[in-house]
Amino acid sequence: MKKVKVSTGILAMAVIALSATSCKDTKKEGNSTDGVQSEHMDDNGHMGDGMDDHSDMDHDNMQSSESMMSTNEHSMMSSKIVGDYLELKNALVADDKGAAAKAGGTMVASLNDFDTSSFPSGQQEELKDIIEDAKEHAEHIEKSPIDHQREHFDVLSKDVIDLIAITGTERTLYQDFCPMYNDSKGAQWLSATEEIENPYYGSKMMTCGSVQKQIN
Amino acid sequence: MKALKVTGWILLVALVGIQFMPTDRNQSDLIPKTDFMVVNDVPKNIESIIKTSCYDCHSNNTDYPWYNKVQPVAWFLEDHVEHGKEELNFNEWDSYSSRRKNSKLKSIISQIEDDEMPLTSYTLIHRDARLSDSEKKIVLDWVSKLKDSL
Repeated sequence: MKKVKVSTGILAMAVIALSATSCKDTKKEGNSTDGVQSEHMDDNGHMGDGMDDHSDMDHDNMQSSESMMSTNEHSMMSSKIVGDYLELKNALVADDKGAAAKAGGTMVASLNDFDTSSFPSGQQEELKDIIEDAKEHAEHIEKSPIDHQREHFDVLSKDVIDLIAITGTERTLYQDFCPMYNDSKGAQWLSATEEIENPYYGSKMMTCGSVQKQIN
Repeated sequence: MKALKVTGWILLVALVGIQFMPTDRNQSDLIPKTDFMVVNDVPKNIESIIKTSCYDCHSNNTDYPWYNKVQPVAWFLEDHVEHGKEELNFNEWDSYSSRRKNSKLKSIISQIEDDEMPLTSYTLIHRDARLSDSEKKIVLDWVSKLKDSL
């Protein structure tokens, strides 16, 4: 009888191990509605609405002409991504891994929603490339410790800078530079305020860095 | 006690049953033109380290261990390899854009530096895949150089 017990136990463990491997991929749904500084919340809420209206319009526009979309409409499309990015940046400034992970998750969703089809075909390839790369970094930020989040944020910042270089943006942004990060190779980031708040070091070196240029 | 016995039998049958379920084996003799070693000028010693320590999960060809014949181990490995290839497939290296290459190299460097790759669960059995400190250093130096040259 004892034998039965033992073998049952072993088999049960095998089954548990099996089922554990199959549910590895459960992804959590990021939601930006809490744990965020109110200033950026307002932006995001507003931008989110804009995006929805916009995607409805898209379909009408597409029938007539793809290139009819104005620069302004293109910049609206990236604004949700920029909003999520700034939220992520603020979380890293605040050394808040949890909030950064959440913002990363929200950003993955915004990147997924980004539709390149209204852009001229010459730009679509690069946009897709940027989006794909950014998505990978945002996904990692969603599930990494804070030092890794910052490493991914470095490359993600480049992606977002390149993205808005194509789409344009309707908001005023500051492109900042921290010379120390990355073994003194330096790293860029975007901020909505002129004051330096360093997302790579957070409270350790809050004011390290300088404004490289103002966008808009 | 009877219930226990019945459960035991059911589980035993299930375990035997799953042995007959097929798995996709990640094996290919083909070395595509996009392979990391084909498009980059990789020194022999570094090629050998990367192939031994990384290619099982990050290429289209896995050198399977004997225990891969046993379920549910095979499923576990299948899932593992699939995920590994999704993150990085050395066979498809040249199909990545420069932006993606840069990101991948950066991740390779950071994962090796932090001893996160190769995975402990992998090196536990594949002792030859472990990276010594000196191996780590030569791989990191070379990969950093490649990244800077992009």
